[in-house]
Amino acid sequence: MDKTRQITCINCPLGCTLDVVIKPDDSLVVTGFQCERGEAYAKKEILHPMRTITSSVPVIDGEYPMVSVKTAGEISKDMIKNCMLALKDIVIKAPINIGDVIVHDVCSSGIDIVATRDVRKKT
Amino acid sequence: MLKKDLVIIGAGPAGLAAVLSAYNHGIRDILILERESFLGGILNQCIHNGFGLHIFKAELTGPEYAARYIEKIHEAGIEYWLDTMVIDLSKTRKITAMNETRGVIEIQAKAVVLAMGCRERTRGALNIPGFRPSGIFSAGTAQKYVNIDGYLPGREIVILGSGDIGLIMARRLTLEGAKVKMVLEIMPYSGGLKRNIVQCLDDYGIPLKLSHTIVNIHGKDRITGITYAKVDKNLEVIAGTEEYVSCDTLLLSVGLIPENELSRKAGVSINKMTQGPLVANNLETSVPGVYACGNVLHVHDLVDYVSEEAEEAGKSAALHILAKDRHDGMIKVQAGRGIRYTVPSAIDPEAIDKFVIIRFRVDNVYERASLMVRFDNDLVSNKEKRILTPGEMEQVILPKAWFTSRKDAESIIIEVGKE
Repeated sequence: MDKTRQITCINCPLGCTLDVVIKPDDSLVVTGFQCERGEAYAKKEILHPMRTITSSVPVIDGEYPMVSVKTAGEISKDMIKNCMLALKDIVIKAPINIGDVIVHDVCSSGIDIVATRDVRKKT
Repeated sequence: MLKKDLVIIGAGPAGLAAVLSAYNHGIRDILILERESFLGGILNQCIHNGFGLHIFKAELTGPEYAARYIEKIHEAGIEYWLDTMVIDLSKTRKITAMNETRGVIEIQAKAVVLAMGCRERTRGALNIPGFRPSGIFSAGTAQKYVNIDGYLPGREIVILGSGDIGLIMARRLTLEGAKVKMVLEIMPYSGGLKRNIVQCLDDYGIPLKLSHTIVNIHGKDRITGITYAKVDKNLEVIAGTEEYVSCDTLLLSVGLIPENELSRKAGVSINKMTQGPLVANNLETSVPGVYACGNVLHVHDLVDYVSEEAEEAGKSAALHILAKDRHDGMIKVQAGRGIRYTVPSAIDPEAIDKFVIIRFRVDNVYERASLMVRFDNDLVSNKEKRILTPGEMEQVILPKAWFTSRKDAESIIIEVGKE
């Protein structure tokens, strides 16, 4: 028998309600999406959920005390905790530019953690 | 007295988009006034992603979204003053501002764009009994402590209100090692975006208790816990449903209020529903030459829409300065059945370029409903909607063509139709 799941698309704030039918052969039929990303998301969310993680880390000698960072791409949802642990003791020296790599290949995910704000040196 | 063609009050997303739009429409004599010590406003503490999908077709964090505008401001060489507080605005567009280097200074502007944003509702607005211990923060304040200053406000957290900032902070604090025990929401539906419920609460197993509120705050020096209870349909506490939960921190995410003290000083008429100025489709307020956009006008959920609205305000201000704006017969926009308010509240059909966007919120959750647009009794659009919720701003786009044969309409009515 077909299994059904209803999930909320999180690709954009529209938050479309997606109905997913899981066929006996494990193929998926998605309805309710308003753009192609919704369909792709539903399939991925059921088979292999991914998230972008954002945080902030302390800065030395910067015009601000913290710099915001993110994973440059999505990482597996079950890797979130280890990703945060990898950031735990990181401190960065100013100046920092948007896109600077803060942690290379976090948790061997193939994804870097990068800065999302410019922080100049304190004058 | 200093004279400027255009003064923008506030350098958050609305102010930055408005100024660039005015610049692109030929205005050069511009000054931006910002009370913080950096450009970009609240975007700097919104380090999560999800910004810019609509405008930049990219998923950006708040600081990255701001940086795209800030870079252009620098390229254009537009003048801005940081750490500057505007303390008065007159009907004739005379601004009184102050900062450390210039002292108190008066500026006469040909046009002013109000882009002051909003502030959070506080505990005082809620009448929660109990002591006044430390450890109670608005969600945005906690966000600033964690993301800008690098402090964790507490370890055991309860969040009252399911506004987006509260949801975002539930996740943020969890990632930083705090235990977020629950999010309480007095209404039977969430005040935040669905995606935030999924991504910030469901992902981390944080319970959202709808139709629940706090009835007592415990602790004298520091908060030690709260008592919460279920409420009925009339939002009245149901006796006997009280439960205690310990916590060292309580975050309030219970709504945002447009910050319009300056607008009121200038005599700008305020919409009672939005707490923001009443504006026409060119974003002009009731005071000629004064425009409003962003969260000072009405609280948005999407920064992309703020930028879009602000571009319109910046353009209108530019046309005013160049004496190219016009004021013909206005058509009123009315919030009909199921609609809490609309922005704008009047449309000048002659001032429409290609289309007008009317943005609004509904007053309840409607499933399998439709959005109807009428010019007086003439139904011009009836669009089906799977779901409408007060937490998500809606919009209808009215193409110019709809107005050609209906210029004499008295009002445009937006309303919810149910099957």
